[in-house]
Amino acid sequence: MDQSNEMKPSSGSELFPPLDVLNRLAVSESGFVFDPASGHNFTVNETGLVLLRLLLKGQRLDQMLGTLCDEFDADPREIERDVIEFVSVLRENVGA
Amino acid sequence: MSVINATVAITGMNAKPDNPGPGLSVARCLRESADFQGRIIGLGYDALDPGLYLDDICDASYLLPYPSAGDEALLDQLQRIQQREQVDILLPCLDAELPGMIRLLPALTDMGFKTFLPTSEQLRLRNKDRLSELAEMAGIFCPEIKAITQAGFFYKCQEDGWSYPLVVKGLFYGAYIVHSADEASDAFHKIAAEWGFPVLVQQMIKGEEYNLTAVGDGEGKLLGPVMMKKMAVTDKGKAWAGISIDDQPLLEASVALAKAIRWRGPLEVEVMRDQQGHYQLIEINPRFPAWIYLSVGVGRNLPLTLLQLASDQSPDAFADIKAGVLFIRYAVENIVPIAEFESIVMQGARHMSNNSPAGN
Repeated sequence: MDQSNEMKPSSGSELFPPLDVLNRLAVSESGFVFDPASGHNFTVNETGLVLLRLLLKGQRLDQMLGTLCDEFDADPREIERDVIEFVSVLRENVGA
Repeated sequence: MSVINATVAITGMNAKPDNPGPGLSVARCLRESADFQGRIIGLGYDALDPGLYLDDICDASYLLPYPSAGDEALLDQLQRIQQREQVDILLPCLDAELPGMIRLLPALTDMGFKTFLPTSEQLRLRNKDRLSELAEMAGIFCPEIKAITQAGFFYKCQEDGWSYPLVVKGLFYGAYIVHSADEASDAFHKIAAEWGFPVLVQQMIKGEEYNLTAVGDGEGKLLGPVMMKKMAVTDKGKAWAGISIDDQPLLEASVALAKAIRWRGPLEVEVMRDQQGHYQLIEINPRFPAWIYLSVGVGRNLPLTLLQLASDQSPDAFADIKAGVLFIRYAVENIVPIAEFESIVMQGARHMSNNSPAGN
């Protein structure tokens, strides 16, 4: 599915927490996430876990949106909005 | 390493839930180590100090005179304890004891007590009123702190750039967060009455509290650091739950602090991470914290390390830093027969049967 015109994706790197911060997170299958440097913990749902794993693979925003649009039957603009919101909350949780 | 089969006297057996002393936790760390097979003598200042009555921790317990009774009274009581218990190592665990213990070190050594204490100069360097200097050496921030002797300061401090809330602190213990000059003045008088002068005032930092505990080897090295983030605190701000962390900036700052003052003995570094993500140095305590049992939880039994150093042994190699181990404190009632309470009140001593080398 090609959504590039509608979503006008950037590389996304400016929105994402730094990869070294993401890499230090302990992410469990249950969605429980622990940051060993700050001691913070938080939880993500099943979709959040998918997003977090894509971020951990180092995917850019446009790559992530492509993957998600293939996987989920939803409006691409809604997917992009959800991803950006997730990334923003994630940044707060990891203090990045 | 060889098993330590020494008699160890540990102070700080007070353990009120809102602000427990570290001694009981230090003793528990040793008691649970397979490398410690010795006896533990619990030392307290109040007949209601709970550690004095815990048979699974202490083989015998004694009251010490309060520091206000003077050096002679302390030495007399320690001499009595020594004659009866043949103590090898003395581990003072309370801030207020350290100046006296360091001053009396030659006499304590003559009596046969081994210790692993900082020097008086090292102790002075980490005084709360010198934190700014230390923070600069360690390359971290520090909230402004000032030693004061008059409550009038609080009514004009805003003209000098201070802003409420402030933290009003004693030189050794006690801290109040205050939001107005009247509240500050009240806190000032309470602290001065309990701990004397000067009273310290520190700009309040909003953020999250992180602590590090370790043992300084006296040569500038920090041994076995354990870092913790407080997850829940008591009304007095003491940790009620916490989680071990692995944070490089906190570790590096603490290593730099220990190197700068060549710290000898246990210590606790308290920092706040402010809203900009900067660490602000709040205090350096010259002793283990009450949450020291977390060191056992992460495989770094620091009281055992201290014992090894005091016994002139090389400390064991440390396990890797382990993040993600929690402690959650709880309060529990211990049943104490009146005869045991009487023994502490009337004789200042209590023994578990068959555990005294003097045999009674």
